[in-house]
Amino acid sequence: MPFLPLIPLLPLAGALACGLLHLQVLRARRHHADARPAEGLIGTIATLAVAAAFALSLERFFALAGSSGERVLTWRATDVWIPTGGPAIPFGFRFDALSSVMCLVITGVGALIHLYSIGYMKGDRGFARFFTYLNLFVAAMLVLVLADSMPVLFIGWEGVGLCSYLLIGFWYEEMKNAEAGQKAFVVNRVGDFGFLLAMFAAAYWTGSFEFTGVNSAVEGGKLATWQTTVLGLLLFVGACGKSAQIPLYVWLPDAMAGPTPVSALIHAATMVTAGVYLVIRTHPIFDVSPIASGVVACTGAATAIFAGSMGLVARDIKKVLAYSTVSQLGFLFLGAGVGAYGASFYHLVTHAFFKALLFLGAGSVILALHHEQDLFKMGGLRRALPGSYRTMWIGAAALAGLPLFSGFFSKDEILAGVLGGRPVFGIPGLNWVLYAVAAATALMTSFYTFRLIYLAFEGEPRGHEHPHPNPTVITLPLVVLAVASVAAAVLGLPFGISHALQHWLEPVIGEPQGHLSHSAEILLLVGSGVIALLGFAIARATYGGGLAKAEARAAARPALYNALSARWWIDELYDATVVRAVRLTSFIAGLIDAFVIDGLVNGAASLAKRGAASARRMADGSTQTYALWFGAGMVVVVASLVLLR
Amino acid sequence: MTLETATLDAAILNAVIPNTMIPATAVLGSADLLKEYLLPLLLTIPAVGALLVGLMPGRNTKPLWTIALLASVVEAVLCVLAFCQFDSGNPNSQWTYLKPWFTLPLAAGAGIPVKFHLGVDGLSILMVALSGLLGPVILLSARGHIHEREREFLVWAQIMQAGMLGVFLALDLVLFYVFWEVSLIPLYFLIGIWGGPRRIYATVKFFLYTLGGSLLMLVALLYLAYTQRTVDVQTLSTREMALQPQLLAFGAFALAFAIKVPMFPFHTWLPDAHVEAPTSGSIVLAGVLLKMGTYGFLRLGVGMFPEAAVTCAPWLAGLAAAGVVYGSFLAFAQNDIKKLVACSSVAHMGTVMVGIFALNGAGIRGGLLQMVNHGLSTGLLFLLVGVVYERRHVREISEFGGIARTVPMFTMVLLVATFSSIGLPGLNGFPGELLCLKGAFDFHTAIGAVAALGTVLGAVYMLSMARRVLYGPVTRKENHGITDLVAREWVAIALLMVPIVWIGVQPARFLEPTEKSVDLLVTRLERAKKSVAAAQTHDGTRVAALEVPR
Repeated sequence: MPFLPLIPLLPLAGALACGLLHLQVLRARRHHADARPAEGLIGTIATLAVAAAFALSLERFFALAGSSGERVLTWRATDVWIPTGGPAIPFGFRFDALSSVMCLVITGVGALIHLYSIGYMKGDRGFARFFTYLNLFVAAMLVLVLADSMPVLFIGWEGVGLCSYLLIGFWYEEMKNAEAGQKAFVVNRVGDFGFLLAMFAAAYWTGSFEFTGVNSAVEGGKLATWQTTVLGLLLFVGACGKSAQIPLYVWLPDAMAGPTPVSALIHAATMVTAGVYLVIRTHPIFDVSPIASGVVACTGAATAIFAGSMGLVARDIKKVLAYSTVSQLGFLFLGAGVGAYGASFYHLVTHAFFKALLFLGAGSVILALHHEQDLFKMGGLRRALPGSYRTMWIGAAALAGLPLFSGFFSKDEILAGVLGGRPVFGIPGLNWVLYAVAAATALMTSFYTFRLIYLAFEGEPRGHEHPHPNPTVITLPLVVLAVASVAAAVLGLPFGISHALQHWLEPVIGEPQGHLSHSAEILLLVGSGVIALLGFAIARATYGGGLAKAEARAAARPALYNALSARWWIDELYDATVVRAVRLTSFIAGLIDAFVIDGLVNGAASLAKRGAASARRMADGSTQTYALWFGAGMVVVVASLVLLR
Repeated sequence: MTLETATLDAAILNAVIPNTMIPATAVLGSADLLKEYLLPLLLTIPAVGALLVGLMPGRNTKPLWTIALLASVVEAVLCVLAFCQFDSGNPNSQWTYLKPWFTLPLAAGAGIPVKFHLGVDGLSILMVALSGLLGPVILLSARGHIHEREREFLVWAQIMQAGMLGVFLALDLVLFYVFWEVSLIPLYFLIGIWGGPRRIYATVKFFLYTLGGSLLMLVALLYLAYTQRTVDVQTLSTREMALQPQLLAFGAFALAFAIKVPMFPFHTWLPDAHVEAPTSGSIVLAGVLLKMGTYGFLRLGVGMFPEAAVTCAPWLAGLAAAGVVYGSFLAFAQNDIKKLVACSSVAHMGTVMVGIFALNGAGIRGGLLQMVNHGLSTGLLFLLVGVVYERRHVREISEFGGIARTVPMFTMVLLVATFSSIGLPGLNGFPGELLCLKGAFDFHTAIGAVAALGTVLGAVYMLSMARRVLYGPVTRKENHGITDLVAREWVAIALLMVPIVWIGVQPARFLEPTEKSVDLLVTRLERAKKSVAAAQTHDGTRVAALEVPR
């Protein structure tokens, strides 16, 4: 399949082209400090590269849909990319039901965000550098989802981590941004540590680095339950890093330091879903290990409500969305943990649309207000930015799960999956607890989403009277994504009206487990709708009347409010424990090196020196001394001859 | 090869190896002859270069640099050609060169013949290529910072080049020992003459440390000569020896090599040596000299004493894994960029050792590849440290900050070096590290897991360094005016960057030549594992570390 490798190669070529143009700008700046990049050319190349990858993905998607049998297109560059002495590591791609949809989402949303970025990054000194990284990111992300083996997935996995690092710290002249980038990479490396061990263990136990090999070994019952549990947990450690779950979520809120299109593409729509993708890709492992899947479900639920609670009070518009993303990713893991892979993936897709939309909308607001991100200083933008207002309202409705928007159906699918899916840890009652947690989170989601809308768009302007309007390159992607946020609903309507996505995915994830009765489904659907509307109503009641009233209410419960705004002091906790422990250990290592090891070395040296100095005194040049030593030596020799006989 | 250089080489051959009277023209016509004399030629070119530089009249130093650089380029081309022409299907030594040298007299009976025996096989071919490639890099870098006693510097640098290559080519223990020492002395002068303010302390420490190791090796060599009546490495590698003498000899060799690698806790000479060494000295030290230790472990330690290696493997691998973690923490504590990179070498060489003493196919492959990778990425890092040092004459991390704005090209290259060093897939570090860790994991789960912590810690100290040097606002006004990379530096960088990317994309191309030799070694090790296990069950004793439950 010669088309398949082109899908990631096109954005990679785009990255190379933009990189060369960036070098050209750098050369020009040696003579003219203010040389500008050719923005039109760079933006066009980068956007077209991703759009072409989208077109190719679409073509391959239809080829896949038209194919019979196993429904998979494969491509192998080599069977021996790395020889290991045992099972070789191949380099190949696998375009199947799961990766095809991922490719479409990545390139589709990616192309829109590239287009948007042309407007957003206009006039930035690093315009070419930005698009180099962004294109490189898309290429790496495509490698990640197309990989047919764990090491190749890891190439993409680390590649997106690299781009994330570079893009979070894109405006590196602020140390805070560079620190956020480093934090993201290091925390992800903690997760990667788990992934690496999972890869080694899988290869050791199953003799294969490939997903098909590992999955079929697990499905064939070749592994003991404890082995699948270990594998599942190690993989989940990796997933936790990339998808920002407890306890490794801390990097994602800080990652908002990057330019907003980056937050939309990497930290909402694509990269952060890689962990969920990994779990679905290796789902047979989780299917047979109740402990591993239980940990996934419970961590997901806990992350969902925990991050959701922090989103309730955040003042930075991007931070609200960041917490929301962490929380929604928790939803995805909850769904995957109970075996509702189809529902989880459905929400992954709809979330990619509406969260990208919300971030881009937020970006358009930020840009219009000259880089103001504080919600408390916004307000009244409804009239000035009607395009942003309308599209963001649609995105908010989808995120909150207002009836008939895509998020309503996909979130409901997960909730239904929690009740109808496999018992968590094998204990049926736990599913009800998780459902309650998820429902509470849904209420919070609806509340903070509309809080954002009310604070930004309704009421009177608080600080910025004259926002400047957005150009078409910025509003067009918003409109397209808004349409997608509504239309994506058709991928999985309830009552069997349309289970398009579920059916499409069946070759990979199998038949859905556990069905609820029709009446139960209706009841849940109504319940989800009520929860979403309730959250909307509370937000309206609180923030519809202006900021002062809302602040007064918050002040009534200062302890809770403080805990929430301080993000439960988790960052402080990590600083005080993990970070300090690492620093202390390295300080101690330095001391050991300087005083213990080198102490011994230098001590031995000075001992030899002193010994030599005293030995030198024996040879002082006087005949009497030599005679004395001679005599003493004779005595010793004679004595030893006599005594040792 | 151009006509001039070929003639020159042939002349050199005639001059240096008097008992091989070849007419110069024959070299031109006969590729076979080149193959026959390729390895001695590799040793001769730098030696003749040193001679020419040393004897050239006149005070002008420019022609000296030209001669040295030319010799190093010819050398590099030949080394890379050797890599390209290497027969991957052959597990044994290629292009072997064997001439009797002298006889080691023994107290009783006939003496032991010592031979000038050279050869390349899968265990050494990568190191030969790397040593050759680094030659021009070292000289190009030195052009920027060696401004006094240049003639001497060029002589020593070339002698060192010959000595290092000799270590990787020698198949005779005495010859190996000679080259080992030959490569030690030039670095002594490199640091002692062109080094930093504490250079005397650093050189003495470095010299005594490594000399102590070498002397033990000499004792082991004589012990082997007397008991086995041969000093030929290939013969010794196929000879069955009892475990006890193996352990004695292995122990002595292991200490010498452990100091050279250096393995924790014998590493403290390295940071001092690096900090005081001039950039070129650091590049060659990290790039090639340290690998003489790991190579020695593999060729002599594991190759000649497989049973002893199997017995000691859990301890050595465990110590190496501890070194990975310790070295990483140590690196994080440093404020001097050069010292940080030096400490990171302790960690990275630990990874190599973990791979080698996993004693399986994956680990040894990884060890071999990672030796090259470390040479490339650390070589590049030292080169870059040198670049800023030449401009600012400081190396403290806090002296920089925000220079991404002033030197964007330098920033780009430093980021590549950083990510190569921390094993980012797509660059060279990844396949090497992956294989080392996979081998270690297969060997012993806990050792593999501890060594894998290095991937997390590596990101911590390397990215902290990169951030503090490159990012944030420009805090010192001296940093506003520094110039970006110049052409000479670009050439040196390109020589390292091309293989960094190439190995990352196509690792199999670089692992392929090692395959057969590694397989041969692994077969012997499997046999050794069985015999050690059999001996242990025979004794009714068990060495716990060898049979750890998974």
